[in-house]
Amino acid sequence: MIPELGHFALILAMLVAIVQSAFGLAGPALQRERWIAAVRPAVTMQFLLQSAALLALMFAFVSNDFSVQYVAQNSNSALPVVYRVAAVWGAHEGSLLLWGWILAAWTLAVALFSRGLPAGFAARTQGVLGLVSVGFVSFTLATSNPFERLLPAAPDGRDLNPLLQDPALASHPPMLYAGYVGFAVAFAFACAAMIEGRLDQTWARWTRPWTTVAWAFLSVGIALGSWWAYYELGWGGYWFWDPVENASFMPWLVGTALIHSLAVTEKRGLFKSWTLLLAILAFSLSLLGTFLVRSGVLVSVHSFAADPTRGIFILVFLVLVIGGALALYAWRAPLLRSTAGFEFSARESFLLFNNILLVVAAAAVFAGTMAPLISDALGLGTLSVGKQYFDPVFLLPTLPLIALASVGIFSRWKRGQLAPHRGAILFTLALAAAITAALMLGVWGGAKFLTPVGFALGFWLIAASFVDPVDRLRRGLRLTPAIVGMTIAHIGLGVFVVSVTAVESYTRERDLALAIGESGRVGDFDYRLDGLRSAEGPNYDALRGTVTVLQAGKPVVTLHPEKRNYWVQGSVMTEADIHMQPARDVFVALGEDLGGGRWSVRAQIRPLINYVWLAAFLMAIGGIVAASDRRYRRSGESV
Amino acid sequence: MKTSLRRVVCAVLAVWIVGVASVPAAFAIDPVEMSDPVLQERYRALTHELRCMQCQNQSIADSPVGLAGDLRREVRELLSAGKTDDEVREYMRARYGDFILFRPRMVAQTLWLWLAPVLLMLLGLFAAWRVVQRRRALVTDDGFDDEGGDR
Amino acid sequence: MKYLIPAGVFALLVVVLAIGIQRAPSKNVIPSALIGKPAPTWSLPVIASNQSPTPASFDSERLRGRWFVFNVWGTWCPECKVEHPMLLEMARQKKLPLIGLDWKDDDAAARRWLESLGDPYDVVVADRDGRTAIDFGVYGAPETFLIDDRGVVVYKHVGAMNPDVWQREFLARLPTAAPSDGTQGQP
Repeated sequence: MIPELGHFALILAMLVAIVQSAFGLAGPALQRERWIAAVRPAVTMQFLLQSAALLALMFAFVSNDFSVQYVAQNSNSALPVVYRVAAVWGAHEGSLLLWGWILAAWTLAVALFSRGLPAGFAARTQGVLGLVSVGFVSFTLATSNPFERLLPAAPDGRDLNPLLQDPALASHPPMLYAGYVGFAVAFAFACAAMIEGRLDQTWARWTRPWTTVAWAFLSVGIALGSWWAYYELGWGGYWFWDPVENASFMPWLVGTALIHSLAVTEKRGLFKSWTLLLAILAFSLSLLGTFLVRSGVLVSVHSFAADPTRGIFILVFLVLVIGGALALYAWRAPLLRSTAGFEFSARESFLLFNNILLVVAAAAVFAGTMAPLISDALGLGTLSVGKQYFDPVFLLPTLPLIALASVGIFSRWKRGQLAPHRGAILFTLALAAAITAALMLGVWGGAKFLTPVGFALGFWLIAASFVDPVDRLRRGLRLTPAIVGMTIAHIGLGVFVVSVTAVESYTRERDLALAIGESGRVGDFDYRLDGLRSAEGPNYDALRGTVTVLQAGKPVVTLHPEKRNYWVQGSVMTEADIHMQPARDVFVALGEDLGGGRWSVRAQIRPLINYVWLAAFLMAIGGIVAASDRRYRRSGESV
Repeated sequence: MKTSLRRVVCAVLAVWIVGVASVPAAFAIDPVEMSDPVLQERYRALTHELRCMQCQNQSIADSPVGLAGDLRREVRELLSAGKTDDEVREYMRARYGDFILFRPRMVAQTLWLWLAPVLLMLLGLFAAWRVVQRRRALVTDDGFDDEGGDR
Repeated sequence: MKYLIPAGVFALLVVVLAIGIQRAPSKNVIPSALIGKPAPTWSLPVIASNQSPTPASFDSERLRGRWFVFNVWGTWCPECKVEHPMLLEMARQKKLPLIGLDWKDDDAAARRWLESLGDPYDVVVADRDGRTAIDFGVYGAPETFLIDDRGVVVYKHVGAMNPDVWQREFLARLPTAAPSDGTQGQP
């Protein structure tokens, strides 16, 4: 009964979404006050209905209702309750439901916080969001209904994929979607502005906090996924340039560009059409990511989830949403003009180059991700694209980007006025070079050609980020949340560059063959296999190793890597054990029985790796702080 | 190879719209090392740029599939026999096609892929430079002046 | 005009994606790099053959001048068990010689398999270390190759053989004058 109610609520939600978009778009066009007034209740209603649908599915999971096919496929009575809740978004159908619910939640937020906006504009924004919702909910209902019954009911479920039974991964999809779907708000603002044919600096001020918050969610979502991959997949990597990862990274890159171009549009009324395009692009890439993963066009070999019907549905949806927005853009963008000027060294100029480089980086990732598909479609044969392509083509635009940021944060709007800061720029650069030299000569030693470049750029950005806020404090000026947030985010980026450089340059890894009591050397650490015994968890049994890691003969830590056998799916999982420290991680994973009493053991020493994720969280915090600036919540036209 | 194994190895993880990497759960731990450290480093690099044919997105260095182990052995033997990295790549490509190479070759069919980011970057920088040139001419004393206020 | 560029690029992308969807179902198979190229040569120990006495080893040179089917299998491969009745049917038709490559397997297990399920092969050779399979670019058993009289690979099928593939992709590729008589038995 409850699943049927959920299904019914979802159908009602779609109908309400139709009403929401019809009134939201037609109301302002025909100047019907009462239609406009109906939009906000419709949004609230839609949120309640989507919540009901999500809760109904959650209830089916928690109560082990295996007469629901989706529950039977993705849960099990032995599964801990927390993961039964997380299993709601553990596979295709439920994750679509979550997507729809998050869209409804964002729309509700827009409705609640849009009281300062002109009624017609707010209604149009919610109307556009309603259209997106209609598309998504109808997709869910038509091709991926999570409430489908299974008759007769299964005695027990096939369990959630053991890889997903993990706290970071349980929270990863909601975060990621909050980011993706959040870009829908910027998209809707852009569409509403294009429909009205009016785009001014006030518009940019409205759009900025929404974009920044969505971007912060996306940053956290990507970081959680990467962190999970690091400790759960058992091979110590943290980024694989996998199509699925790239699909989340491209909107992030374009979203980053959008945040910066919105700043220019707000401050100077410049780059209006470019900002519109980025707003469309950021959300389009989120949708495209959905398409790529869901249609099975990209994952070529053994893609079990591939479903062409779903692919066609999403493609049509893409054409309507993105194609519609781009057509609107082609019609309205030529009307946007601005007469403001700026010097070569002005902040506008730096942010313009920032945007170009970020978009080029996103395009490079796009090219690599799509290449197998394009090559196949053009009849040029099947090919693979991996790290060996992505690393260099991604660094090509991003290394200059970091350098540009370190100088750009000193520049002022319009005239640049960099000259007085020459001393600070050179000082921070010299400081960064000195730290780099000290690290490389004193602590870690020489490495690859890009190692000093990465360190110097990262430390430079960190140092340069501090100059302006410190200077303001000294002069007794107020530090606004916007400035604090920007500073935190830039420091986060610097920390990211430094930590990735350290990990890529100084990771020591070795696969060892060890008998009990034997040890092997990795870097200046010795890994000693002390024992193996069996262990048992709630829904798996495991072989648990005891590995003592020694440095200069002294024990540093004792680790317990596991090889788990999950009963229901019969799958073997490697559960690495990691000693996380500020300076480095000591990583160990248990491999196979090599015979003769020897076991293979993967041993890694990864310096500074935790700062990679810490950096992502810093960036996200910076975004949230910046978005909290009261300036964005002032109503009216004053800038 | 063995289907049960393959199912584990190639467990598709692309379970939500765009979630995490579709990466397998198990991985290869291959304690075989080459005696010469230079060869070992080349071996490590090469096995990381050859794709496990049966896997979603995994190199033969990380795949526990039997075939990946055979291919690693093949790489070791070719390197021991004095083959260059390119000869090893070509050996694999002749048998498995371009699909096995994670690093697309720079030949006519794939050159666009390598050139696209470079050309796009040049084009973008040129366009930005032109915009800046145009805007410089428009700088006037229009009352806007940045004294280092909000950003 | 320049404001139409994004829409244009998007239109191109849609075309590529549409082609991608169309091809998605057939993408479980990676095309062989060997099509149109000379098949690798090999000389391998024989597990079973229809000659008596069974020779100790067999050389691919002896197949020159004749079209034949080259089937890669193993007793550890469940799909091969599914395929086996089809191989027996192909052998019964006596249209092409069928050579088996027992890939990374145990000889005794292979003989037991052939004894209990029937032996469709003219010759089965053992690829114990998997090298010949690598030469053929095999990535998952079963795989079945069609090789022509000049020793060139004409076609490769990945997965279990079935009557449709056998008719459409193998028999249909034979030259009309191809020997369809009893070359079986005398490879």
